[in-house]
Amino acid sequence: MSESNIPTNQWKLWEVFTQKKSGLPHEHAGSLRAPDAEMALLNARDVYSRRNEAVSIWVVPSECMVSSTPEDVGSFFDPANDKLYRHPNFYKTPDGVKWTS
Amino acid sequence: MIATDTERELEFQAKIDRGEVIEPKDWMPERYRKQLIRMMSQHAHSEVVGMLPEGNWITRAPSLARKAILLAKVQDEGGHGLYIYSAAETLGIDRGEMIDQLHTGKAKYSSIFNYPTLNWADIGAIGWLVDGAAIVNQTALAKCSYGPYSRAMIRICKEENFHHKQGYQMLAYMMRGTKEQQEMAQDAMNRFWWPALMMFGPSDTDSPNSAELMRWKVKLHSNDDLRQRFIDRTVPQAEAIGLKIPDPKMKFNETTRHYEHGEIDWQEFKNVVSGNGPCNRERLRARVKADTDGKWVRDAAEAYAKKHMN
Repeated sequence: MSESNIPTNQWKLWEVFTQKKSGLPHEHAGSLRAPDAEMALLNARDVYSRRNEAVSIWVVPSECMVSSTPEDVGSFFDPANDKLYRHPNFYKTPDGVKWTS
Repeated sequence: MIATDTERELEFQAKIDRGEVIEPKDWMPERYRKQLIRMMSQHAHSEVVGMLPEGNWITRAPSLARKAILLAKVQDEGGHGLYIYSAAETLGIDRGEMIDQLHTGKAKYSSIFNYPTLNWADIGAIGWLVDGAAIVNQTALAKCSYGPYSRAMIRICKEENFHHKQGYQMLAYMMRGTKEQQEMAQDAMNRFWWPALMMFGPSDTDSPNSAELMRWKVKLHSNDDLRQRFIDRTVPQAEAIGLKIPDPKMKFNETTRHYEHGEIDWQEFKNVVSGNGPCNRERLRARVKADTDGKWVRDAAEAYAKKHMN
């Protein structure tokens, strides 16, 4: 994802997400520049799937992406740190009980 | 509490030493950013300029199959340029700015592309030797500390393997052909061998950036180590199809289990890097012309996009 602050005479930046095969999640493949969504999709196919690497592609304008920041990583994810009881291995079953999960 | 730059730099180095990967939004020393921009833009330019010597032979490929293969390879190189440009843009430089630096001669690209492709066998030699050397370099870069660069390299290495193998197969066929075809293949080998060795850059004793780049794990191996790796895997491949290495001093050292090579002509290397190779001016002229001639296509795409926005 670009963090560029320099004014640009280039086309809009797009983030490309590809799905390898149906049933799998879409994953970030990279970015590219294109004047509109239609061209972004065509370019994404030519740049990121020349060898059937994708069965589905999403393109999103980079300016629409919102993300967490590395500086805040500690406090941002902190709420999950002290909740071991959210995991099944927090709980013990009585001896002799067979537990399959 | 605001950390000072020195503290941040120490933490940055510790992170790299722990084997963690640096991502675009992470703090990084300004010099790390600058060095990466320099390396990545050079790399992207090399992919794009690399299309020119090969593009020269698309219309003259000897069969439809070879033409389709060459077209696919050249298209890949364009794609590789795009992956790396977009990875470099994550460091805060604009693609237009990088391309401008290429066109004005401010940015460099790999010197290998300043050599001409004189006969069809050169296309085989480029795939086998030039892409072979590039794979050795890029496999190392795939483990570098900057996430977007490393991910682009992983993608590129997969595709380069096709380039590498098709080139070798082409020369293998020629070496089983007529005497003229064999001579043509050997001639390509003679011209591309030394420039391919130079692709790894100056010897370690003469490589000013190496120590810093290795500390930051941008480079993981020295130029000489990577060059040796390339030689060790390529010499047996040449011998297997009857091509001679144009180096009378090349010999296998039974003790070290490595091939030893003759002196590289670093004067020639410096000469080509500084702009006086056989094709430097022609390559830049072709790039600028492609950019100027293609302007109307970009303008049309933009006009179409504007029209359909409303």
